[in-house]
Amino acid sequence: MNLSRRSLLVGGAALAAAGTLASPAILRAQTGPIRIGVLHSLSGTMAISETTLKDVMLMLVEEQNKKGGVLGRRIEPVVVDPASNWPLFAERARELISVQRVSAVFGCWTSVSRKSVLPVFEELNNILFYPVQYEGEESSKNIFYTGAAPNQQAIPAVDYLAAEEKVQRWALLGTDYVYPRTTNRILDAYLKQKGVAADDIMVNYTPFGHSDWQSIVAQVKRFGSAGKKTAVVSTINGDANVPFYKELANQGIKATDIPVVAFSVGEEELAGIDTAPLVGHLAAWNYFMSVDTPINKEFIKTWHAFIKNTRRPTNDPMEAHVIGFNMWLEAVKKAGTTEADPVIDALIGVAVPNLTGGISTMMPNHHITKPVLIGEVQADGQFNTVWQTPGTVVGDEWSDYLEGSKDLIADWRAPMRCGNFNVRTGRCGGG
Amino acid sequence: MEQGAARLVPPPPIMVVSRVLRGFAVVLLLALALAGPARAQGEGGPIPALATTNFDELSRAIERLALSGHPQALPIVEALRDGRLMFRQEDRAVFWRDPAGAMRDAATGEVAAGVAAGGLRPLRLNNRVRRAIDAAVGALSLSNADPRVRLAAAERVFRSRDPEAIPALDSQLARETDARIRRAMEAARAAAILASDRAEPEKVAAVSVIAARGDLDARGLLAGLTGASPVVADAAAAAVAAIDRRQAMVRIVQDVYYGISLGSVLLLAAIGLAVTFGTMGVINMAHGEMVMLGAYTTFVVQEAIRNHAPHLFDWSLAFAVPLAFLVSALAGAIVERTIIRFLYGRPLETLLATFGLSLVLQQAVRTIFGPNNREVGNPSWMSGAFEIADITITWNRLWIIVFAAVVLFGLMLVLRRTAFGLAMRAVTQNRRMAASMGIRTPWVDCATFALGSGVAGLAGVALSQIDNVSPNLGQSYIIDSFMVVVFGGVGNLWGTLVAAMTLGVVNKLLEPVAGAVLGKIVVLVLLVLFIQRKPRGLFPLKGRAVEN
Repeated sequence: MNLSRRSLLVGGAALAAAGTLASPAILRAQTGPIRIGVLHSLSGTMAISETTLKDVMLMLVEEQNKKGGVLGRRIEPVVVDPASNWPLFAERARELISVQRVSAVFGCWTSVSRKSVLPVFEELNNILFYPVQYEGEESSKNIFYTGAAPNQQAIPAVDYLAAEEKVQRWALLGTDYVYPRTTNRILDAYLKQKGVAADDIMVNYTPFGHSDWQSIVAQVKRFGSAGKKTAVVSTINGDANVPFYKELANQGIKATDIPVVAFSVGEEELAGIDTAPLVGHLAAWNYFMSVDTPINKEFIKTWHAFIKNTRRPTNDPMEAHVIGFNMWLEAVKKAGTTEADPVIDALIGVAVPNLTGGISTMMPNHHITKPVLIGEVQADGQFNTVWQTPGTVVGDEWSDYLEGSKDLIADWRAPMRCGNFNVRTGRCGGG
Repeated sequence: MEQGAARLVPPPPIMVVSRVLRGFAVVLLLALALAGPARAQGEGGPIPALATTNFDELSRAIERLALSGHPQALPIVEALRDGRLMFRQEDRAVFWRDPAGAMRDAATGEVAAGVAAGGLRPLRLNNRVRRAIDAAVGALSLSNADPRVRLAAAERVFRSRDPEAIPALDSQLARETDARIRRAMEAARAAAILASDRAEPEKVAAVSVIAARGDLDARGLLAGLTGASPVVADAAAAAVAAIDRRQAMVRIVQDVYYGISLGSVLLLAAIGLAVTFGTMGVINMAHGEMVMLGAYTTFVVQEAIRNHAPHLFDWSLAFAVPLAFLVSALAGAIVERTIIRFLYGRPLETLLATFGLSLVLQQAVRTIFGPNNREVGNPSWMSGAFEIADITITWNRLWIIVFAAVVLFGLMLVLRRTAFGLAMRAVTQNRRMAASMGIRTPWVDCATFALGSGVAGLAGVALSQIDNVSPNLGQSYIIDSFMVVVFGGVGNLWGTLVAAMTLGVVNKLLEPVAGAVLGKIVVLVLLVLFIQRKPRGLFPLKGRAVEN
C-alpha cells in the first residue's frame, strides 16, 4: 500500500515534469518539419496494391521538399504498416495522430479499413485523404474522398455499354464484401429504373482470392446465350482477377462477344497477366497511365526516376493521392496553419490540376470533381481511352438510386456542417 | 505507346526526298481512287475513308472496304486488327507496316519508301470496330487455301451474320471438301439467311441447320431472332427448347468435370500434408508456404528461360518440376532439423511454431520478390481450350488432373515399393520396434518431412499455372488441405484422393445453386457433421498402432 502510494507520487511528479518539458517541444514543433502520416499496408494481402501508394506519397513529399516544403517548413512523412489487418488500421491511425502528431494522413485501400479508422479520425479530429474508388453512402467531416464515388465510375460505365455496345443483359460479378455489394445494389436499382427486366440481371459473389472460375465463367456464357447482347460488370477485387481473366481467355470469351467492364482492375493488376487475349475488355477509371497530357508525362517521368524502374505502371489511386496531396498543400497555404479545423474548412473549394488535363475541385461534400474515362485493354497491358465525359463529374456521396439515401446530401460548409442532411425532412441526421 | 514507337524507328530521311515521295504517293493514291472498282462509292474510295479517329466512321469504312472487292482489302483489314495500320494526318493517306517493318502503301500494297511510322498516326480500335474487322476478315478469307483459316472465317461469318457473305459462302460450299468446314459454312450461311430478307421456307430450313449445332452460340442466335414471321419464330422457339433440354444434361456433366478439376487441385495441395500430417502427425501450418516455394521456383525457372533461352519456354515446367521438388524438400529438411524435431509429441507447440514459420517465410518471399504478383506464363500446350460435346475443357485444368494423378501414384509407389517407404511405414507404425530393427528413425523422420514438403513443392508448380504467384499463395490452400486430409482419414492416401474428389464435386455442384460463398459454407457444415459422426474420417487406419 505504502509502496504503491509512493509510486503514485513519483508518477505524478514525472507527469508534471513531462508537462513542463512538453511545452517547448510543442513550440519546437511549430518551426520543425510538418509531419504527415502514410497509412498503407506494406505486408499481407493488400500489400500488392498499397505499397505503390506509399511509394508515391514518399515521392510527392520529396518533390515538395525540393521546392521548399510548405509554410517555409519541411514535410516529413511518417510511414506505418497496418499489415492488411483492419483493426490494426485503427491502432496505427491513433498512433500516427496521438504519438507522431501528424497534421494529415494519406491512406487506406479497402472500405473496411476506412470504416475501421473513421471513428479514430473523428474522435481525435484529424484529416484522412482516401484515394480509392468506393461505394459511397458515407460522409465524414474528417475524411476527404479523392477516389471515385459510384456515379463517377460505375454508372457512366453502364451507360457507355448500353449506348455504345447496346447491352441489354447484365452479369454483375463481385467479390463478397461491402464495396461490390453496395455498388451492385446501386447498379441493380439504376438498371431497373432504366427498364431492364429482373431476368436480365445476374448477380454473383465470390470469396476473396477465388481462383476456380470454371463454373462461373461457364454460367456467364450460358447467361449470355439468351439472344440479347450481354456484358459483365465486374467488381471483383484484388488477386482473384488474374485467374478470372485467365479463365475468360482460356474459355475463349472475347470482348467482342461478352465485354467485361471492371472497376477494380488497373494497370497494376494487368501487370501479372498476358493481356493479348483480353484486348477490348474495359475498365472505367478517372485516370489511365496512357492519358496523353504533358502533366501526366511529367508525372510518369518523375515516378520512374523516383522508383528507379521504368516498367512500373501508374494507376488511378496514385493520381488520387497526387490530387489529394496538392489539395492539402493549397489548403495549408490558404489557412496558414496545419491545424485540423482551419485546414478542413480551407480544403472546400480548393482546385488543383488533375493528371488528365483538367481541374479537380474539392466539393462541400468532401468529394472531388473528376472526369470519367472508359478504356479498353490493349495488348501491351495499357488502356486505350475510348470514351470520356465531356467535363468533370461531381462525386455523389449518397446515391440517388437507393431508397433511404436519395434524399440525403452532405455539406460541410458553415452553417450546415452536416454529413447526412435529409432534404425532405429538412433535418440533419439521416432518414 | 506512341512515344515508344517513335523511339524505335530511325530518324526520317532527307526532307526533300521524303516530300517528293509523299507527293508521288498522293498522286498514286488519287489515280487509284479514280480507277478504283465501280462499287466503291463516295469521295476518295474506300481507303481514305479509313483515315478517321471516329469509331463509327471507321466501322463503316471497313464494311465498305470488304464489299469493294479491293485487292488489298484483306491485308489492310488484318493490319488494322493487329495495330499496324496508320494514316498521315495531312492528306489522309493510309499505310500499313508489314511484319518485316517496312511501310506499305495501303492502296497498292507496294513498299512506300521514305514513309516513316513516326510521322503517322496509328488507327485505334474499339469493340465495334473489332466486330467489323472480324466480319470483314471472315467474309474475305472464306476461300483461303489454309483449311484452318477457312474454318475460322466460317465461324466469324456465323457470328457476324452478314447477308452479304451468302454468295461467297455458296460458291465456297460448292467446292469445299472438308466435312467439318462444310458444317461450319452451312451454319454460317443459315445464320446469314436468318438475317437477310429471304423467303420463309429458306429461313425455316436455316433454323433447323442452326438447331443441329445444339450449342450455346446457336441458342443465342435463335433466341435473339427479332422481326421473324410467326412460322420462323415458332420453329426457332422449338429449337431453343430442344437445345435447352440438351444443355441441361451437358450442364450436369460439366459441373461434375469442374468438380473433378477442383478436386485434383485440392488433392495436389493436400497430398504433401497427407505425408507430414497423415503419417508423421506433425501439424504443419507452413505446408502452404512449401507450396508457395514451389510456385516461386517455377517463376525463377521461367524468368531464367525467358532471359537466356526463350525457345525453351514450352519446356519450362519440365525443368521446374524437379527443381521445385528439390527446393521445397530442402526447405522441409532444414525446418525438420532445426524446429520440428524438438517438438515431436507436442502438437500445440508444433502448430504455433509452424504458424510463425509460415509468416516468416511469407515475409521473406515478400522482401526478396516484392509484394506484387509474379507473372508465371502458361506454356502453349497449357493454354486455350477444346470442346467435347459442348463442354469447354481448358488445357491447363486437364493437365493438372493428369499431373495430380501422376503425383499420387508416384508417391504410392515410393511408399509401397521402396526400402525408404518400408522404413517410413515401419517408423510410423511402431517407432521403438523399427529402431530396434536398426532403422535410423531421426533420419527417416527428416526424409519423410522432406518428402512431404517436396510434394508440396510439386503442387506449387501446378498451382502457379492457375493461381496468382504471390506471397499469400500458400495461405489460401492450407485450410482446404487440412480439410481434405482430415476428411479422408489421417494416414491414408486413398482416403485423401476420395476426400479431395468428393469435396471438389460437391462444391461445384452446389456452386451454381447456392453461389460460391454459400456453397463453401454448406460444404464446411456438411464436413463438420460428418466428422462428428466419424471422427477418424472416411478411411480410418485400424489396428493397435492407431490405438496408442
